[in-house]
Amino acid sequence: MEQRLWDYIDGLSQTDEKELIGKLLKEDMAWKSKYEELIKVQDWLQQADTEQPSLRFTKNVMEEIARSQINPAAHHYINNRIIWGIGFFFIAMMVGILIYGFGQMISSPGEASTVSKSIGKLDFSKFFNNNLVNALMMINVVIGLFLLDNYLTNKRKQFRKEA
Amino acid sequence: MMTGYTDNEIISFVLNGNQGAYAQLVDRYQNYVFTLVLRLVKSREDAEELAQDAFVKAFKYLKDFRGDSKFSTWLYTIVNNTCITFLRKKRLEVQSLDNEQVFSRADNLDSGMRSDAVEHKSKQAMVNEAIKMLNPDDAMVITLFYKAEQSLEETAAVLGIEINAAKVRLHRARARLKEKMISFYPEEIKELN
Repeated sequence: MEQRLWDYIDGLSQTDEKELIGKLLKEDMAWKSKYEELIKVQDWLQQADTEQPSLRFTKNVMEEIARSQINPAAHHYINNRIIWGIGFFFIAMMVGILIYGFGQMISSPGEASTVSKSIGKLDFSKFFNNNLVNALMMINVVIGLFLLDNYLTNKRKQFRKEA
Repeated sequence: MMTGYTDNEIISFVLNGNQGAYAQLVDRYQNYVFTLVLRLVKSREDAEELAQDAFVKAFKYLKDFRGDSKFSTWLYTIVNNTCITFLRKKRLEVQSLDNEQVFSRADNLDSGMRSDAVEHKSKQAMVNEAIKMLNPDDAMVITLFYKAEQSLEETAAVLGIEINAAKVRLHRARARLKEKMISFYPEEIKELN
């Protein structure tokens, strides 16, 4: 009840919810008394005052600023081509590993080329016998998860905005 | 004087070389920024220094302000990050007071804010004291929402949390504030109501 009333007071309720709560406030004493209690809290909160820094505050800031310069905007010194280049490097590495793996699956002439047999022919020791390769693969996995998380977060935000 | 200008207009003056115009923004937001910092850092000296740092940082990175949010929201995000970095660096114990501490603190308040010690205190002073007794997260969310004129979405952006999380935090903070007010100032509240 309290959460719904706070949403109503803060103006966050949807139209139908607003109407419903408006009706409840007229008809239900429990809702009405709770509402009045929360309005008092709201009133207290609006009474709170801000603190004041020393009188020299603005002067101090301006003196500090006089010694510094405005930095160039981040998008001016972050070169997108470098970021894309790094991305391309990792994607190329993943594609390279896949091509190498599938290359091993190609059977010799005259041999039955079923996938199961081919997979059996894979020499994983050749694949994962190098710490560097393992480390790079791990980095790729982490980057992949990070990008997926970013993508899903953006999607969710977009969905919320649309809703 | 540049009192009639909007934040964005003042920012464009600053970016066009009128550095002095920034003083107007500092004047406009210093109380809010200082209050927010005081919610996280209890010492006034530290708070003043951090508030200044936040304004200087905002000035240095002014070109990164794209104007897709309010300047105040962007500034409070810098304030919040500056305070968090400071607290991490200094490893200060964030004053997250449990009930027992709150009572002992209230007993020791020189200002005599306890109900049995005061005659009549203004409602404003009582609310300020009660907010100070809250933990920094609660105090911050209340200050942002009620004093710093930030919407729930903007409050969430400043704190770097989801809107729903901000809503829950605000709800809890108000409930805790109510408890504090009832515990410490029962008589005054009755009188005021």
